[in-house]
Amino acid sequence: MVKIAHIHMCGCTGCLISLADTYEQLLDILNKVELVYALTLVDEKTEIKEIDDKIIIERKIPDDIDIALVEGSVCLDDEHSLKEILEVREKSKIVVALGACAATGGVTRFCRGNQMSKPVHSSFVPIGEVIKVDLALPGCPPSTESIVKLIGAALNGDTVYLEPYAELANKTEVCGCDLLYKVVNKSLCMGCGTCAAACPTRAIEMLDGRPNVLKELCIKCGACSVQCPRIRFPKLIEEIE
Amino acid sequence: MDAFGKYKTVVSARATDKKILKKSQDGGIVSAAFIYGLENGLLDGVIVADNAGEFKAVPKVATTPEEVLEAAGTKYTVCPNISVLKSAVREYALEKVGIVGTPCQIRAVRKLMKYPVGFRHTDSKIALTIGIFCMENFPYMGLKTIVEEHCGVKMEDVVKMDIGKGKFWVYTKWGETKAIKLKETHPYEQIACHVCTDYTAELADISTGSVGSPDGWSTVFVRTIRGEEFFNKMVEDGYLEIKPIEEVKPGLGLVEKLALTKKEKNTKEIEHRKELGLPVPY
Ligand SMILES: Cc1cc2nc3c(=O)[nH]c(=O)nc-3n(C[C@H](O)[C@H](O)[C@H](O)COP(=O)(O)OP(=O)(O)OC[C@H]3O[C@@H](n4cnc5c(N)ncnc54)[C@H](O)[C@@H]3O)c2cc1C
Ligand code: SF4
Ligand code: SF4
Ligand code: SF4
Repeated sequence: MVKIAHIHMCGCTGCLISLADTYEQLLDILNKVELVYALTLVDEKTEIKEIDDKIIIERKIPDDIDIALVEGSVCLDDEHSLKEILEVREKSKIVVALGACAATGGVTRFCRGNQMSKPVHSSFVPIGEVIKVDLALPGCPPSTESIVKLIGAALNGDTVYLEPYAELANKTEVCGCDLLYKVVNKSLCMGCGTCAAACPTRAIEMLDGRPNVLKELCIKCGACSVQCPRIRFPKLIEEIE
Repeated sequence: MDAFGKYKTVVSARATDKKILKKSQDGGIVSAAFIYGLENGLLDGVIVADNAGEFKAVPKVATTPEEVLEAAGTKYTVCPNISVLKSAVREYALEKVGIVGTPCQIRAVRKLMKYPVGFRHTDSKIALTIGIFCMENFPYMGLKTIVEEHCGVKMEDVVKMDIGKGKFWVYTKWGETKAIKLKETHPYEQIACHVCTDYTAELADISTGSVGSPDGWSTVFVRTIRGEEFFNKMVEDGYLEIKPIEEVKPGLGLVEKLALTKKEKNTKEIEHRKELGLPVPY
């Protein structure tokens, strides 16, 4: 049995909800794996300690995780957060940055709306800036289908399918501007509009067949550039039936 | 080099409904398929390129045969059809969506089906993709320049444009026809088209274009199991009449020639871009 854990860092639980969203597809996968750690989905190991007359109940990250799906960014002002992500790395074979916060910082880093998040806004970083990440699945949240497909491929050792996600693991800075720098400005954009449809905040409008990114709305989730067929078009997409 | 990509069958076809033929670009395959789908519960909405006036193209989610007909005909300008896909699924709550697009747009759809990162609960709602053959496209201002400066026709007077027999044709509402050599239009092409090696929408369920078939007919490639089921039902129910491609002129040879020309020319351009250190889709 492959051991999978969902680790919750500083995120909104949207990625977990996305993971749990297609129960039927998830059940297929769950039959093949042992979900060893996940908020609400499994009973977790807890450790109860007595320190200075206080009883402390701590969730314990299990050893020997095969695939750790990490949701959320790391709060640098919180030493528990740092300790936890290092522990996850140590205990896991494959670490997946699940969703924009883990992959790029997402809303935790580029929050729009004028509110001050606590602890201080400036202190959130994507997990890839603290530990080595093997696969990154951006999006806010990534779709249920993409999570299920990624886990499926990881179970089957389908490295060809996973290749784009492995590349993204080395990149924690993405933005709607990628489209302008890498596609439009390089004469590669043919105006399909996929980026605009992918954007969760509607930060992209199509003007004269080209994406225009409203930077006030962009949370740098990476969905647009990941979906653009003019940046990356893996050969295997051509296999149709 | 393989000219057409994977396919199951290729035929020459046209819609049987005169209303469709009157409005459509060629054999009315796209409109007939979408109307058939809507009328028979195989599709509950489709994404088309509507004419927003003066041949400006805008993506539109159509849910009735009338809307499909309104959007029939080719607009030789960029129309980001895929930009409304998520709203078709979310806001229109469609369960079975049909999409028409240029080959590059169909490729974009295939990518989002394989890697649906930003497309929650969307790919399972895509019921049919129809690709239209495409050699190149034009940004709107480029198209306007071709029509107004080169053909000498005001955009507001145009009722139809067509590319065929080496020429770019413009038909006006006054019954005039103007044509210029295709060579004159090259400078206005969308540069991004020069790295595109797909002529016949190789990843669509069904792809169609005018080339290869007589005027008023279309060449149709049926490529996938889904496309085949849809197409066969449509023919059985009398929405299309078909002829073997071997029996029509100019036939598949011309499609092959054009597809290979595009592949060879644009493969060279891709190599050239690489030599210059410019990015190419990989
Ligand atoms: C830019 C461009 C270049 C083309 N080049 C060729 C070519 O080289 N050889 C060839 O044989 N055929 C070419 N075609 C296809 C051809 O013009 C017809 O679209 C095709 O034969 C379908 O005709 P129909 O009568 O079956 O469809 P219709 O029933 O007329 O329906 C056409 C459908 O296409 C949609 N559409 C129109 N314009 C666009 C657009 N710009 N982007 C996306 N969807 C659109 C409409 O909304 C409509 O639903 C090209 C089309 C385009 C848009
Ligand atoms: S433009 Fe939209 S999809 Fe792209 S990174 Fe910004 S928020 Fe994400
Ligand atoms: S997804 Fe399509 S419209 Fe958006 S940048 Fe890429 S090619 Fe252009
Ligand atoms: S030539 Fe290729 S890139 Fe250009 S519009 Fe046609 S299919 Fe798209």
